[in-house]
Amino acid sequence: MSNASLEVAPQNLQPQPGAPDNWRRFFSFSTDHKVIGIQYIVTAFIFFLFGGLLAMVMRGELITPDADLVDRTVYNGLFTMHGTIMLFMWTFPMLNGLANYLVPLMIGARDMAFPRLNAAAFWLVPVFGVILTLSFFIPGGPSQSGWWAYPPVSLQNPTGNLINGQSLWLLAVALSGVSSIMGAVNIVTTIFRMRAPGMGWFKMPAFCWTVLSAQLIQLVGLPALTAGAVMLLLDLTVGTSFFEPSRGGDPILYQHFFWFYSHPAVYVIILPIFGIFSEIFPVYARKPLFGYRVVAVSSLIITGLSLIVWVHHMFASGTPGWMRMLFMITTMAISVPTGIKVFAWVATVWGGKLRLTSAMLFGLGGLSTFLFAGITGIMLASAPFDIHVNNTYFVVGHFHYVINGAVVLGFYAAIYHWFPKMTGRMLYEGLGKLHFFLTFVGINLIFLPMHPLGLLGMPRRVASYDPEFAFWNVIASLGGFLLGVSTLPFILNVLSSWTQGEKAGDNPWRAIGLEWLVSSPPPHENFDEIPVVVSPPYGYGSDEPLIENNAKELASEYS
Amino acid sequence: MSTAELDPTLEPTVGDQIVHGMEHEEEDHRMFGFIVFLLSESVIFLSFFVGYIVYKTSVADWLPAGVEGLEVREPFINTVVLVSSSFVIYFAERFLHKENLWGFRAFWLLTMAMGSFFLYGQAVEWMGLPFGFTSGVFGGAFYLLTGLHGLHVLAGVLLQGIMLGRSFIPNNYQGGEYGVAATSLFWHFVDVIWIMLFILIYVWQ
Repeated sequence: MSNASLEVAPQNLQPQPGAPDNWRRFFSFSTDHKVIGIQYIVTAFIFFLFGGLLAMVMRGELITPDADLVDRTVYNGLFTMHGTIMLFMWTFPMLNGLANYLVPLMIGARDMAFPRLNAAAFWLVPVFGVILTLSFFIPGGPSQSGWWAYPPVSLQNPTGNLINGQSLWLLAVALSGVSSIMGAVNIVTTIFRMRAPGMGWFKMPAFCWTVLSAQLIQLVGLPALTAGAVMLLLDLTVGTSFFEPSRGGDPILYQHFFWFYSHPAVYVIILPIFGIFSEIFPVYARKPLFGYRVVAVSSLIITGLSLIVWVHHMFASGTPGWMRMLFMITTMAISVPTGIKVFAWVATVWGGKLRLTSAMLFGLGGLSTFLFAGITGIMLASAPFDIHVNNTYFVVGHFHYVINGAVVLGFYAAIYHWFPKMTGRMLYEGLGKLHFFLTFVGINLIFLPMHPLGLLGMPRRVASYDPEFAFWNVIASLGGFLLGVSTLPFILNVLSSWTQGEKAGDNPWRAIGLEWLVSSPPPHENFDEIPVVVSPPYGYGSDEPLIENNAKELASEYS
Repeated sequence: MSTAELDPTLEPTVGDQIVHGMEHEEEDHRMFGFIVFLLSESVIFLSFFVGYIVYKTSVADWLPAGVEGLEVREPFINTVVLVSSSFVIYFAERFLHKENLWGFRAFWLLTMAMGSFFLYGQAVEWMGLPFGFTSGVFGGAFYLLTGLHGLHVLAGVLLQGIMLGRSFIPNNYQGGEYGVAATSLFWHFVDVIWIMLFILIYVWQ
């Protein structure tokens, strides 16, 4: 920016493409990382509501022991699409949205490394979302083989059509993979190459560390799923026999391909949530993040370990004993870096001057549900126990405590925390707290009963069950409906605050971080002058400035 | 500044005052991004290779009935041509760095010819084989691996064609070019993959 233009037309700095009044840019092929971030988040949330609706139909079916609300094949389609939508259409795009919006701001960059690639990656999301949704309307309905699509079940094609639920499912998952790889290349390049001067690795916010670790998993793991999906698609369409046991194929190999990616995918989802916790707790406890360096490095350790634990999903797939033992040990080992993080968050909050805003409530709620999920996770890591509860509701309860507990609560925490930055307006605290209590109670009401149900032996993925399971199922269904209702105050809050909320100012939470130094919403290209970072993040209670004001002189020093 | 206000989607352009000296920032990162992509791409091949090894060591009737093994002679000639083309493309790049455009074009075209020869040889081999992709796991794996690699060769030749065409735009390639460097790297990648594939499928029978 030349000084001349600053003096002539300073008012032109704000109503640039990033201005809040121009809503049309959200429907355009914009290359601004902030616009793309919000596009991702809103699209993902719409699919979250859709996936939630499917889950509520399932809970409606399960409120009575008989399969009376929907047909069994419809029920199969419902749980398949619920899982697929929640993972590929909600959590991944939501994470990409947050990473897109926050990473360039946090590292002091003007945009992502490849803005057009970024936009293309986003616009694939509605495309495969529509493909997935369309499969409800074709003969035979959507895929019924669960979100794992294990052969030989997924190779059944009763309609005989080339375009069937399963092939559309595979097409959508493949496109999702392309989009994710594009996003991963972009984010990894951005974090490696575009950090502001002075921002060494250990001056980078923990959120960026976790996003980097998660995207590295995408790069290494996703191609394995792509390989498996390609072979499955060939089996299904042109008649190869890779996974067809009757013609010499090996269905277990598909499970290896699938879980080699899809277990690490859990860490792709949860790692950025760890990052969100690490960002939020220091702000509202007014204390530096405890053990910042260890928290940062433990993300990379989780990345490494996550690639060698996948067989714990296959303890019951005829896996040899030595393999069970090996993967049991690695799975238990991964709880060490995770436990370090939990310890660090508790130590951060401990003795702090807590402000229980909506964001902090969601953060603490997410932490507590994650702790619970972690404990049942260690139980499941043990092969004898896992075989005992294999394919029961205990497993369903466990991973929903992770994904609907920690992840969704973490997302909400991030939205309550960064909404003022994204829109320039505050959310209503009252509605936010109502939203929190409804969500938190709803989550525990629906997913806690699944643990006793699983221990009693109720199998997952069936539309009807023995009447002895009815008690816990009714409670879970009521919790599910409460969870559905809990989104209403949130939607109301966002819509009304976005249009007429209180003005936020640059830094409403008095937080420390580069993203809080720019205006809300940030101007196009974020920074007038790229800041020079001089101290590590989370300097709460210290007098050290985060950035050097005399940017230009220092820039030459660092180069 | 006025143009950027009018059209929100407009890319910042060189010389536009709104741009804070970021004109070439994107270009600096493209090679890094491309290498990251290739690393990820190599995992797809790696997955297929692992799958091939698992099948080869575990499937009972590996070769389809009536098939003794694969003919190695023609594929070996193909391999020699493809591997040599990696050296040819290296010289083409050297010519470009010395700003010898005609030298670049000649060697670049030779690379394309060698790539096309490989594709032709692959097609001829496919036509003459006594089994198809539905002939058991071996048939599927053979056509999947050679087909996916062939697609990469085809993509490489097409990319080379684009880069050759762009060399005729005046002053386009002064002092090297990202597109040429990336195409060349991609070609080396395709080559290395083929060597592994050749050892797996043809040598280890």
